[in-house]
Amino acid sequence: MLQLLAADGTYGVPKGYEKYGKIIEGLDEETLKTFYRDMARIRRFDVEATALQRQGQLGLWVPAIGQEGAQIGSGYGVGHKDHIFPSYREHGVALTHGVELISILKMMRGVNHGGWDPNETRFHHYAIVLATQVLHAVGYAMGVKLDGKVGTGNKEEDLAVISYLGDGATAEGDVSEGLLFAAVNEAPVVFFIQNNQWAISSHIDTQTKAPLYTRGEGFGVPGMRIDGNDVLACYAATQHHMDNARAGEGPFLLEALTYRIGAHTTSDDPSKYRANEEVETWKAKDPIKRFETFLRRQGVADDFFEEVKVAGDDLAKDIREQTFALQNPPMENIFNHVYSDQHPEIDKQRAWLKAYEAQMGDHE
Amino acid sequence: MSNYKEMAIAKALNAGLQKALAADEKVLMFGEDVAELGGVFRVTEGLHAEFGQKRVFNTPIAESAIVGTAIGLAMRGYRPVVEIQFDGFVFPAFNQITSQLAKLTYRSEGSLQMPVVIRIPYGGGIGAVEHHSESPEAYFAHTAGLRIVSPSNPNDAYWMMQQAIESPDPVIILEPKRRYWQKGPVNLDTPPLPLHNARLMREGSQVTLVAYGPMVTAALQAAEIGAEEGKSIEVIDLRSISPIDYPTIMASVKKTSRAVVVHEAPTNVSVSSEIAARISHEAFYHLEAPVIRVGGFDTPYPPAKLEEMYLPDADRILEAIDRSLDY
Repeated sequence: MLQLLAADGTYGVPKGYEKYGKIIEGLDEETLKTFYRDMARIRRFDVEATALQRQGQLGLWVPAIGQEGAQIGSGYGVGHKDHIFPSYREHGVALTHGVELISILKMMRGVNHGGWDPNETRFHHYAIVLATQVLHAVGYAMGVKLDGKVGTGNKEEDLAVISYLGDGATAEGDVSEGLLFAAVNEAPVVFFIQNNQWAISSHIDTQTKAPLYTRGEGFGVPGMRIDGNDVLACYAATQHHMDNARAGEGPFLLEALTYRIGAHTTSDDPSKYRANEEVETWKAKDPIKRFETFLRRQGVADDFFEEVKVAGDDLAKDIREQTFALQNPPMENIFNHVYSDQHPEIDKQRAWLKAYEAQMGDHE
Repeated sequence: MSNYKEMAIAKALNAGLQKALAADEKVLMFGEDVAELGGVFRVTEGLHAEFGQKRVFNTPIAESAIVGTAIGLAMRGYRPVVEIQFDGFVFPAFNQITSQLAKLTYRSEGSLQMPVVIRIPYGGGIGAVEHHSESPEAYFAHTAGLRIVSPSNPNDAYWMMQQAIESPDPVIILEPKRRYWQKGPVNLDTPPLPLHNARLMREGSQVTLVAYGPMVTAALQAAEIGAEEGKSIEVIDLRSISPIDYPTIMASVKKTSRAVVVHEAPTNVSVSSEIAARISHEAFYHLEAPVIRVGGFDTPYPPAKLEEMYLPDADRILEAIDRSLDY
């Protein structure tokens, strides 16, 4: 397993992993601070979103607490032209690619199903049916290759694709088919599995007999396990393997070993299926705390951490206000964009509902 | 004067595909055995040789991935045409078709278009083993976001293929496989109708007969035989199963006052159920008889030695027409 930052915050490069260490050693302090700032930011956002759900402002919340290292690290490892196909818990990755956080809450509130324009953000929509996004990512990567945007040696031209998925999703057939299609087409795609060890109430032992980083081998997709609570390992591994994919070396699989500290969603009760001691063990490996220790040892002073804390509170306040200000979508949105082209039946039903609502008067 | 060419339906589909591939380099054709072999029905014959491995290629045998990667390619700006080898093999792709392909434009509030065409040879009558003779249209017609068409003749096959590829929405083309070798004239210059319009195939005054795909031939036979017996049967080729061209159906039913709807699929919760409901709603006072449906039975598709009794034919259609006229 690639780990650069131990749970106690000690930095060290294991033998054979020097190329990953080199990537980290080339980073300046500002970049390291950005990793910390965004991990703290997305955790604060997560706490606020859970509170908003409890207050009835959101239909559902999907917490990612404990997975910030995997998400911020890998998110920053993805290039500015690359395309990202998330599952539905990648709030941290969204943050690193400029998706406005309120858009995620819009979706969870029920204002819309998507929330952002993937053409602008390169961060595609959340995929709620597990593993469906893996095939979209592979297809997109096949298209990139058809366009000749792989292995040209021109960094401004080449791009790659990353597909996020969870340990639970690996059991779906679409993952096997995706690995296969990626391999036979030598598609520029990295599969990034966040193994947070619990698929709702099912432990990883229910999903697989062999370690997940070996899942691609039979299909011809090599893999590697990384410490998902180590933001530096996640950054270095993602950057390196996205570079390789862009250079035309074909697909690769990363398994980030992490832990879902919170519930699967706000509808879940983890106390029914896992021991508190297990959760405590993983809290001790927290990605943010360990990175803070590392930064302090690097000489980053108290006032930075204080500033991040204040910024987090400001973000929470801002998110609350933005959530309260969200408007319900117009009635037409039931019918809009079912098709791109005109459709007589949809038009008829839109007109009917409009007339019906007008006749029923204002319910407000 | 237009140029006409005599072609079988399979060849017309092939020629339509060829034209679309030649017109737009973003058009791709892929699926199982579609490259050198030209597909098990030869509908893609010659395309691999003409357009090369990048544009026309074989995939691993994994239908969910065939549709799923087509979605990803469409996101990248391509216009993929995929072949599902047989009707009964589409179900591994059902999730990608109904939960993803059909919904991505809606999910993205119009940011994404999904110009994906799924070609499916469908229907029975070829003496095949299980899963090679099914009519799955109702599953897909129930899903918003999909368009579904079925050509019944070479001219429609040639043009509907091109129109489907031009559509910004996902289109499923149900190809009437037992009619693949049926020949007819193809107008090489002018499309006959917009993609989703039905066609009045034969005028009549006593009863409206609605059919699509492989059943259009049977419907026309029934009308011919009926005419010899003094019955005036109007035949409509639906062409589009989603959306359905109701104005054409209603205009005819309001004239004839009677309707019989025919397809190979089981009638329970089917395309004909929907058409019957709509006729009763929109032409209630014009009706002299209940709408009668002729279709497969509500059973799995039977073994080949029984399919002749399972499938509607001209006699079964005429029996229904008699019931309608005698009502």
